Amino acid sequence: MIVQRKALSWWERLYIPALLSGFRVTLRHFFKKKVTMQYPEERWVVPEGYRGAPYLVKDQDERTKCVSCQLCEFVCPPKAIKITPPGPTVNHSTGNVEKEPADFEINMLRCIFCGYCQEVCPEEAIFLQKDYSLTGESREEMIYHKDKLLDLGGVHQDGIKKWEKKLKDAEAQGMTS
Amino acid sequence: MAKQVEEKTAPPVETITIKIDGKAVEVPKTMPDPMTGKPIPTTMIQACKIAGVEIPHYCYHPKLPVAGNCRMCLVEFGMPAMGRDRKPILNEDGTPQVRKMTLPYEPGTPRGAIACATPIAPGMEIYPNSPATQQMREAVLESLLVNHPLDCPICDQAGECKLQEYSVEHGQATSQFAETKVHKPKQVDLGPRIMLDDERCVLCSRCVRFSRDIAGDDALGFVNRGSYNTLTTFPGKPFDNNYTLNTVDLCPVGALTSKDFRFKMRVWFLKETKSVCTSCATGCNITIGSREEKIYRYEPRENDAVNSSWMCDAGRLNYKWVGDKRRLSAPRKNNRSGISWSQLIEELATHLRAAAPNTTAVIASGRQTTEEFYLLSKLATHLAAETDVPPRKGESDQLLVHADKNPNSNGAKLVGFHKGKQGSKLDAIAGRIKRGQIKHLIVFGEDVTTMGIDEKALSKLELLVASDILPNTTTRKATYLLPGCAHAEKRGSFVNAKSRLQRFLKAVEAPGEAIPESEFLTDLVEQVTGESIPKNPEGLFNKMAGEIKKLSAIRWADLGDLGVDVNS
Repeated sequence: MIVQRKALSWWERLYIPALLSGFRVTLRHFFKKKVTMQYPEERWVVPEGYRGAPYLVKDQDERTKCVSCQLCEFVCPPKAIKITPPGPTVNHSTGNVEKEPADFEINMLRCIFCGYCQEVCPEEAIFLQKDYSLTGESREEMIYHKDKLLDLGGVHQDGIKKWEKKLKDAEAQGMTS
Repeated sequence: MAKQVEEKTAPPVETITIKIDGKAVEVPKTMPDPMTGKPIPTTMIQACKIAGVEIPHYCYHPKLPVAGNCRMCLVEFGMPAMGRDRKPILNEDGTPQVRKMTLPYEPGTPRGAIACATPIAPGMEIYPNSPATQQMREAVLESLLVNHPLDCPICDQAGECKLQEYSVEHGQATSQFAETKVHKPKQVDLGPRIMLDDERCVLCSRCVRFSRDIAGDDALGFVNRGSYNTLTTFPGKPFDNNYTLNTVDLCPVGALTSKDFRFKMRVWFLKETKSVCTSCATGCNITIGSREEKIYRYEPRENDAVNSSWMCDAGRLNYKWVGDKRRLSAPRKNNRSGISWSQLIEELATHLRAAAPNTTAVIASGRQTTEEFYLLSKLATHLAAETDVPPRKGESDQLLVHADKNPNSNGAKLVGFHKGKQGSKLDAIAGRIKRGQIKHLIVFGEDVTTMGIDEKALSKLELLVASDILPNTTTRKATYLLPGCAHAEKRGSFVNAKSRLQRFLKAVEAPGEAIPESEFLTDLVEQVTGESIPKNPEGLFNKMAGEIKKLSAIRWADLGDLGVDVNS
């Protein structure tokens, strides 16, 4: 099929009117409210429930909630999580929880922010939080270890506190160890 | 008269026909008692297993005496109805009428029977999937979970826990119990290798029966009653026999845990490889659990011809040397690295081709595989060399531990590497080295300086070839050092004390440049003797089997998981 090219009229060939109509659009936006921001100095405030980078949390009593069950490591689709279990040495600082990871690594270069780790966690110890732009100068720096993840994760207001309840029940029955 | 004829023509095993889930199944009337071997009436759970129907159970174990205390295997069943004249009541079509068992005081309610302890009878019908059976299972699981802590995220058994599995399969999502759970002792130190969590225990008593009836150490028992019923040892007496870790395998829940494996790795990550224990000549069948080239545990694998379902603690925990940091990982010449495998084998072959007959000795450990002994015996025959396998003796017991700590003494005999008494030639070899008659010594997997061939004697040699896994004096003195593989890093076969040829498979990668001994021996034997030998383990085994009379009918694939008896 051959499309016939329409010949321009005298008014259209003049060029200036088209230019002016363009200026009119620009001028209209010039007086409207600005929608862009000066990234990265200015940053977008993400809404509640935003799913950014996963971080570990502590409860209101400063206890690391993760018990090293390794379900997140198992479910993680890009294999970004690597947990070092504590091993057989009895750790008295963990109390009746018995278990806490020796190390917890998330490779943020691999992480796809899918949220499976948060969904599978039986202890509510890992949450997708509001950071969405993670940068670093080396690959090693982008592997976040336990201490960094806990610092970034902050405190989770745990409404259930199941381990504390277990401990109180046990103590009430005379089981102290 | 007719009955007598029937008895004569009947097969030696008397059978009973019962119906399971509506299907008629013929099962033997008796089965051997797990403890005494005497025939005892077949139980419902055994009949169901023959029919391919799995009945959930905790306390029942095919290798242990029946206890019947967990109630998990309750099933609804029916029996042929009997009239007052003690004759079966027949339906209109002439078949016997079967009545489902009900409670005597409540005829509408089904009465279950525990399948593990109820013998079968002719005409019996078992309903393993009926609504009544399912309801019984739900109720049993609910009561087992009344005081269970539900701490699966920290429990080592999670992933291989029968309580988890049955709860998903037969349990219900909610519980009627709102009361506070009874708390029991946690982290109880039962013995040097066992830690007990009493809260998780379902009181099945498998561990009690195993310790008493199999291990012969009546160390465990229950104290207190009802919800406070607690597993414990006698006060002050540790649970420390050589078979304690089998109770960890037997425990259907996470109550008994291995101190060695505790909190090390979740079981669902472990790759399972079929292998054989190398700690003594018994050759217990094992499963190696490994992840990312690291071995986490050995578990016994059932083989009734060797180890039943058990293994000793010493053998089970003898795996840490495989991942040792000191492992030899690169070939060395005069204790210097930098030589490549191909160059080393070429140089070594040139040396050995030039060696005069009768000036060589080959000392190989009883831990080498049958294939390696076969290749070494080819080399020894070609060089007219003296051979020996140093003995490795230790304590034995009545159950599994053998006094011979070499896993493959019989393999060396079978392929003709060394037929006489182990270690009988060592003194002669030492003497001939000192007199300068033996100029070349090939050592596999042993430190000969501890066997009368001291460093001074080794310095007299023209050529010392050593292959080993961990460094020792011999490997440091060696002209050529060839790093080998642990059994978990290669495929091969052992012949155990009862002359059972068993194969083992590769679980993890060898460190660095170490390669299986059979691989470099194949190249060496080819270059020294000129004989062509298959490079792959299967081909090598099949060639070996073809040349040895006792193995002539056996191929690699025939070994299967349980091995083959090569005694006859």
